[in-house]
Amino acid sequence: MTTHAERPCALETQHLTIRFGGLTAVSDLNLAVPHGSIVGLIGPNGAGKTTAFNIITGFYRPTEGKVLFYGEDITGRLPHLVCKTGISRTFQNIRLFSNETVLQNVMIGCHVRQKSEWWMAPLMLPLFNREEKAIRERSYHLLESIGLLPYANEISNSLPYGAQRRLEIARALATEPRFLLLDEPAAGMNPQESLELMGFIRALRKEYDLTILLIEHDMKVVMGVCEYIWVLDYGVLIAEGGPQAIQSNPKVIEAYLGEEVTADA
Amino acid sequence: MNPKIRNSILNILLVALLGGFLWWGERNLDGYQIQVLNLIAVNAILALSLNLIYGFTGMFSLGHAGFMAIGAYVSALLILSPAQKEMMWILEPVIWPFSVMQAPFLVSVIAGGLVAALIGLLIALPVLRLGGDYLGIATMGFAEIIRVVITNITPITNGSLGLKGIPDYAGLWWNYGWFLFTLYFIVRIVNSNFGNVFKAIRDDEIAAKNMGINTFRYRVISFSIGAFFAGVGGALMGSLITTIDPKMFSFLLTYNVLMIVVTGGLGSLTGSILGSVVITILLEWLRFVENPLTIGSFEIPGIPGMRMVVFSLLLIFIILFRREGIMGMKEWTWDGLFARFGKGGKTE
Repeated sequence: MTTHAERPCALETQHLTIRFGGLTAVSDLNLAVPHGSIVGLIGPNGAGKTTAFNIITGFYRPTEGKVLFYGEDITGRLPHLVCKTGISRTFQNIRLFSNETVLQNVMIGCHVRQKSEWWMAPLMLPLFNREEKAIRERSYHLLESIGLLPYANEISNSLPYGAQRRLEIARALATEPRFLLLDEPAAGMNPQESLELMGFIRALRKEYDLTILLIEHDMKVVMGVCEYIWVLDYGVLIAEGGPQAIQSNPKVIEAYLGEEVTADA
Repeated sequence: MNPKIRNSILNILLVALLGGFLWWGERNLDGYQIQVLNLIAVNAILALSLNLIYGFTGMFSLGHAGFMAIGAYVSALLILSPAQKEMMWILEPVIWPFSVMQAPFLVSVIAGGLVAALIGLLIALPVLRLGGDYLGIATMGFAEIIRVVITNITPITNGSLGLKGIPDYAGLWWNYGWFLFTLYFIVRIVNSNFGNVFKAIRDDEIAAKNMGINTFRYRVISFSIGAFFAGVGGALMGSLITTIDPKMFSFLLTYNVLMIVVTGGLGSLTGSILGSVVITILLEWLRFVENPLTIGSFEIPGIPGMRMVVFSLLLIFIILFRREGIMGMKEWTWDGLFARFGKGGKTE
């Protein structure tokens, strides 16, 4: 059943380990995300999921191990360079540029592909003006495709919660990624909204030719949208497999619900 | 009419109006009033440059006086004549090439700005790795270092005696010309996507890094542009008051600029201009509280420095009741004005 092994690997981590003092937050993590797939990283709170994201995006340098992106070693690369390579992300606790408009937020995402330089702005060089216009148009287009166009000139932190989450995704898409990391995209959403989100994530992959790795606590979303799932507990990989296999895996149930004996006691 | 064309026409009209006012002022106002007008322009340049650093990029910098000092000294050394220089350095003679170099006023102001920007860049490289209050303390320290260095390199700067008799080229036209250039330059950058990048760094540096922004690079750029215009402002101020000495460029000068920026609104360029008009005029007008005052049979002797007390109170009131300043982060725009009067102005 694993069609995923035959596709080329978009992201791979090899023996990824990070220690903060005496605490091993992530230990010997091996992920292999095939190109074009939607996969999940789950686990109880404090399992090291977000830490793994932070290592992949260059915020932490791993103590040991490697991160490979389409075969290229990007371990310890600075965050803005990781973004340039084609990995973008959203945040668990929304981190929009809160004083800026919705449009500006997306335009900021476009900056990483901008070729002109700052000193061209006062000189009004044609190259600069053309690119500036193109960025504005592209941002409007992105907002339209994500359904946020009516909000374009609103200040971003005045948006409803769900719209802020979608704006974060729009901003991430503006950086023209090949790989998208979503950190709890369904957090704080009602069942109807999470259902829409699942369709939205699938549509994203198709439209932008993305590979998506997501962290999520909402099991309906995870089981509904992910092709393959890794389960972390206390920084250690305890299980991996398709949604069916994970759901019936005793180790996973134990990690989430506790051992049967303690549950009875 | 296309709002873009309309706005350009209105901008040109506004500049023409300013020009007309200056032309009228030059002929009809007395020397004191003209001096106040000059100070407004110079303060506006300084406020705009600090606002770019602090208001738009979120770097709490207290080094403005240092950059102004550099601009003022470089410019003064270039416009003083060799004969004047030979007369003035009485402790130690002025060394070559400073003894003979001379340049037109425009070149001297640009040179002042460039040297300030270069020093700003050198300071930025180690200091901008800090954030928040630490950055404020470090930049303040560097400004003080600049002042102490200027006091001690007597063969170049004439030490604590300062420079006197600087040619007073900086009249209304020069000052307002530089003011308009500064405004144009900073508006173009702030309204471009690079302006968005600066604001992104201010709002959330971690998210900015993840969105592919080399935050350190852009902080250095913003800091250096700010230092350039601080240097320009210092150069104009030196020529405006014709005398400079190291004591002048103490922390109090930075504080004045900071007061204008905060009063006008952090992150608002029109606020900075408004702030410099209000504060400059108030600073002059409030001189009456320092004069001796007679109420009935009471005679209150003049207290020097009283207006700074009034100003500190004013600042406390601003922080208590209108923390975001006059304009907050908003800008005064033609589009906003037309939208308010319901003439179908489209916000861009």
